[in-house]
Amino acid sequence: MMKRSPLKRREPLTDTMLLVTITIAIFFIMYFSAMAIWGGGFLRWQRVFDMLNDNAALIIVACGLTIVMIGGGIDISVGGVIALVVMSCVVHLNAGGSILTAALLAIGIGLAFGVTQGFLISYLEIQPFIITLAGMFFARGMTTIVSVQPQKVAHEGFKALMKTKIEIPWLGYIAKKGNLIPARAEIGVVVALVIVAIVFFMLRKTRLGRGFYAIGGSSSSALMLGVNVKRTRFLSYVISGLLSGIAGFVFMMHTGAGNATNAAGAEMNAIASAIIGGTLLSGGVGNVIGTLFGVLTLSTINAIVTSSGLRDPWWQEITVGAMLCFFILLQSVVLTLRGKGGFKALMPQWLRAGKQKTPSADLT
Amino acid sequence: MKLHSSKARWGRYAQLLVPLLSILLIVVFNLLRDPSFFSVGMSTNNLGNPVLTGNLISILNGASELAIIAMGMTLVTAACGGQDISVGALATIAGSVFVKILRGGEITRVSILVGFLACCVVAMLFGAFNGTLVSVFKIQPMIATLVLFTCGRSVAYWINGGATPTIESPLITAIGSFIPGCPIPTPILIVAVVAIVLGLAFRITTLGLYTQTVGINQRAARLNGINPMAIKLLSFLILGLCCAVAGCISVSRLSLINHETMLLEIEMDAILAVAIGGNALGGGKFKVSGSVLGAYAIQALTTTLYAMKVPSTDVKAYKAIVIILIVVISSPVVKQAMSRLWAKIRDRNPRKEVTA
Repeated sequence: MMKRSPLKRREPLTDTMLLVTITIAIFFIMYFSAMAIWGGGFLRWQRVFDMLNDNAALIIVACGLTIVMIGGGIDISVGGVIALVVMSCVVHLNAGGSILTAALLAIGIGLAFGVTQGFLISYLEIQPFIITLAGMFFARGMTTIVSVQPQKVAHEGFKALMKTKIEIPWLGYIAKKGNLIPARAEIGVVVALVIVAIVFFMLRKTRLGRGFYAIGGSSSSALMLGVNVKRTRFLSYVISGLLSGIAGFVFMMHTGAGNATNAAGAEMNAIASAIIGGTLLSGGVGNVIGTLFGVLTLSTINAIVTSSGLRDPWWQEITVGAMLCFFILLQSVVLTLRGKGGFKALMPQWLRAGKQKTPSADLT
Repeated sequence: MKLHSSKARWGRYAQLLVPLLSILLIVVFNLLRDPSFFSVGMSTNNLGNPVLTGNLISILNGASELAIIAMGMTLVTAACGGQDISVGALATIAGSVFVKILRGGEITRVSILVGFLACCVVAMLFGAFNGTLVSVFKIQPMIATLVLFTCGRSVAYWINGGATPTIESPLITAIGSFIPGCPIPTPILIVAVVAIVLGLAFRITTLGLYTQTVGINQRAARLNGINPMAIKLLSFLILGLCCAVAGCISVSRLSLINHETMLLEIEMDAILAVAIGGNALGGGKFKVSGSVLGAYAIQALTTTLYAMKVPSTDVKAYKAIVIILIVVISSPVVKQAMSRLWAKIRDRNPRKEVTA
């Protein structure tokens, strides 16, 4: 082992921070090259806000999934819960309910799923994949039981809420006619960003948040350190369920209609975002800021494919798949190299830094 | 002593208890509900062949693709300790290669064979891609196969370049429904063939033992001279083959391919079949027969729900409830609690057996 000088000692970069940094760097490289090549819409702040507007619900569920994945589990029921929440709330509003009760209903459905799944997974020790798969089936089935026909919101107050947009003049642009068009963000974006901030704070600073990392890294070590493993795991699913409920409400504020196929595949998009953001499915590694950039990266890829003139319907998904492949390979290689002692391991012996002590040098 | 040895002999099959129990549960439920559910009749189809009909036949027939994919999934689960979620996409790719080749010329026995071999090769290539990500790059199977899950159906679309290309031929109908003169649906026969081939492979080769060893402890397997990477890759190749067979069956059933709806969510059902079959999703010991039984249990449940006139869109909700019941009953905690309860009841019983 090489001795490090005490003066030069630095906090070592954790796996989490390394992966997050890579993701953020790649996002900015992609976005800036898109700006340079296609210009136009990419130069406007509105493009960023559009990505946030469209993906606010996805960001929220991806936060929940990040927590579950850090704790070493998985939750694939989130898309179904969103669909169920949207459908129930729309039906509730159309039946004369108020916005407040609709919001409570959304949170209630989310919590009910979270508590049930969390209980079955952590206290009855059933595999999370199977339980949340059943949860997904149940939620999707219940959605069609609530209403097979697509429903549109007719509640006036809610429609006004949907149309409410936050205008940010200094990020706007001057249109051809010379008038300023401010950047517009929906309320859902604010909710999503607040949730990202809360989850970020919780994961870093609170006892519960550190507990998620502990049980994901090694549940037996966490148990020996005095973490209540079962309760922590239970709470991770409860939070994920709660966030899916909130995401459902935000989704409804964006689309304003309930449909049985709402948020189809949202769970896999959320998992993909979390992975791109540097969260490992094996647990113990992850950061919610990375997840936010994961969502943005995915939607930037989509925007780039659309602008680059690949009009055939299949290119979108093929490109996303290829990028996903690139990211997971990159993470795998980076983590393997760190395990083997950094990028030096890639270089041939004669290229490595001269100061390195070799066993033969020790002998002489 | 004798008791012990018989316990060991039966212990090998203890795993099958869960799928058998769930099938039994469905059977008893149907017997109480409507005994005519089980009637099997003979009728003549459009081509004038005598064919078997009835719910039992449609369960066996309908679960064919699921059973075949579940066999491959069991191997992947056992070796890698994770699941492949790209099987539906992979089967769709295989099916679209099959369609692409058959649409290239006249459909004959030879062209069907060529098409089948080509789609096997393509599916194995994609399987090798998944397998490489898992074995060489040490990525969790679910994440590695998320790539193909995301883009697989688009690749299938791209191969054919059209929404729903069709292939019409009596030969294709023979694969998808009935061979003239044979009353049993062909997919059932194909499942039997695949099961026999796989069973022979386990009997003759050490595939099963090696897979199990790698799944239980990879390092120990390595020290014993087994190459874990090769075994994992092999399991993905076999799964690729299974997907190719399932894809061909599914295409032949409808004589067309719809890349969006073909074998939709079969990955979820296949994983479920593996779990109901009593296999640990974390890898290790496995029984392929358990997964096949699990597949039939799932299909029996679906058919029962349809027979009860549940709308097809609502089936999922009821399915979920039954699944949760099954997994809760078979969960380790509940099992322990039950055995403790059983021990308590036995202790209270005055008639105690004398043991050494």
